[in-house]
Amino acid sequence: MTVSLTLENVSAHYGSTQVLKDLTLAVAAGELVSLLGASGCGKTTTLRLVAGFLQPSSGTIRLGDRDLTRLPAHQRDIGLVFQNYALFPHLSVRDNVSFGLKQRGADAAERKKRADRMLERVGLSSFADRMPAALSGGQKQRVALARALVIEPPLLMFDEPLSNLDAKLRVDMRVEIRRLQRANGTTSLYVTHDQEEAFSISDRVAIMNAGRIMQLDTPEVLYQRPANSFVARFVGFENLIDMTVVERLGETVTARTKDGALLQLSQERLGAIPDRFILAARPDGLAVARDGNGIPVTLGIRTYLGRAYQYQCAAEGQSYLGNGSLSEPLDTGDRAVLSPVPEQCCILPADV
Amino acid sequence: MIMQTKLHPALIAIASLIFLILIAPLFIILGAAVSDTPFLTFPPQGFTLKWFSNIFQIEAFRTTAITSLQIAFLGTFLALLIGIPAAYALNRFKIRLPSWLSNVFVLPILVPEIVLGFSLMKNITIGLQLPVYTTLLLGHTLLALPYAVRVVGASLASFDFSIEEAAISLGCPPLKTFLTVVLPNISAGVVAAFILAFITSINDVSISLFLTGPGVSTLPIQILAHMEQFFDPTIASVSVLLMLLTVGVMAIVEATLGLTFLTK
Ligand SMILES: Nc1ncnc2c1ncn2[C@@H]1O[C@H](COP(=O)(O)OP(=O)(O)O)[C@@H](O)[C@H]1O
Ligand SMILES: [Mg+2]
Repeated sequence: MTVSLTLENVSAHYGSTQVLKDLTLAVAAGELVSLLGASGCGKTTTLRLVAGFLQPSSGTIRLGDRDLTRLPAHQRDIGLVFQNYALFPHLSVRDNVSFGLKQRGADAAERKKRADRMLERVGLSSFADRMPAALSGGQKQRVALARALVIEPPLLMFDEPLSNLDAKLRVDMRVEIRRLQRANGTTSLYVTHDQEEAFSISDRVAIMNAGRIMQLDTPEVLYQRPANSFVARFVGFENLIDMTVVERLGETVTARTKDGALLQLSQERLGAIPDRFILAARPDGLAVARDGNGIPVTLGIRTYLGRAYQYQCAAEGQSYLGNGSLSEPLDTGDRAVLSPVPEQCCILPADV
Repeated sequence: MIMQTKLHPALIAIASLIFLILIAPLFIILGAAVSDTPFLTFPPQGFTLKWFSNIFQIEAFRTTAITSLQIAFLGTFLALLIGIPAAYALNRFKIRLPSWLSNVFVLPILVPEIVLGFSLMKNITIGLQLPVYTTLLLGHTLLALPYAVRVVGASLASFDFSIEEAAISLGCPPLKTFLTVVLPNISAGVVAAFILAFITSINDVSISLFLTGPGVSTLPIQILAHMEQFFDPTIASVSVLLMLLTVGVMAIVEATLGLTFLTK
């Protein structure tokens, strides 16, 4: 019974400040979608709206064919995993896990059987009788996971579940979360501010900014084909170069940077190029060479990256980050040119 | 690790002196209570328990003791009934409520009890013509309320409300969540509030002075009344019993929860 989650034009306010703006989001049945964005962009708010702890000021929230929008939180049947675990301090690990079953009227024997089976799946069988205070952070989060999973909810939601764990454990846990989520095929919404975590765990990632979803796509698409400059910057396109087309000759386009440098770009390799656009490039998408066609720059600090040298480059009023080959090291103060590597670059619509 | 610091002799001397000042009255009262004299005196002359048995022969002591206990239990109970939800709301919706609101619940402590008692008498007993017992109960409920709100509030301040949300998300309705998840985790605060309020109520003179009336009186008021007529050691022996009651309550708390949470 896997179902999809849809948010349609959902807005949310705290008092008079609007924190979600017409958010539309669809999570397909069995899919894990992450909300990724800086602190304060509205990820938790989105989760709390779906959970029913907040009411949207407009819009609808649907889970399968159920309209959740006005349903009280305790009737929504959603498994929640919190950053701070939120285990019941006065209940043993087993009673924590069986809490949801108890609310559903399962009898004691049934509860114990299912809780113990769930604890076994998260590798905590021998901790069933402990109190939460006597567990490590990782164990607590496993209990929280078991507690959310045991009720077999149609939707699982995670709010930065790994933020309180150390780096090594974070990786183990996210693999574990993914494994359990896949095994049950539970539709999931996962909140994090950690790009690596989001990209590694999700089918699709929604990159959020200031209460809006900037792009919702697979990690591969986000990484290689960001749709706008915000997402591009977020996934590491450090060079966002404003350009204007000055001439078109067949598929070859000549465009000018703000400080007058001319670049020849091929639409065959970069896709359609509008008259005003942003050329987005990671450092390895801007090749630094002593001479050739490209943006003339003066080199700044050089850093050794192992596979290449990275240079801070200054042109008039603009700075860039480009990579140069190891065989031809250049020095600070040298004149050089930057030329885009088409495979590593994207054409983005100009910011309005 | 054990810290071994040498205490300064002056510190020991001052600490001992303070301890002595605190403990001395208790011994004086204990001594006076067993003095075989018809008047209060210390050191005791002779030894007798007849003043203790005298308490039980005086009808007024028995009836007022019962009233005192009833009022203390009921008043504290009512105060908790109002105070726990109030403390909950103050903490749960902190950001949405004006900051002065929590101070409203401390007003009964700030207003001199004499004034509170007098105003209750004038407005409730006389003004509304309510029975003396009802007004007395009302007064003691007010007396206990600040403890209920403040002490339970302190417990709630360290309560993680995401636990409550976890319970709700697992299908537990809000009221049931409060009773089965929130309450068990603030029980220490509730017990502490109960004890502080109960002891305050049972020892109160100022408010009760105005709110007692014909046929209804509390033990401390009866002690006062008795003292005006007889200056005998009965009063000392009642005080000893009151002390024992307080110590007894404390001992139960200590045994079950540990006294440290009272100071938390
Ligand atoms: N209870 C609240 N009252 C007022 N503003 C809030 C409240 N909770 C969050 N906000 C604001 O709403 C915005 C979104 O918050 P949140 O959803 O928690 O962000 P995130 O989880 O992405 O870090 C932030 O600007 C935050 O300051
Ligand atoms: Mg958050």
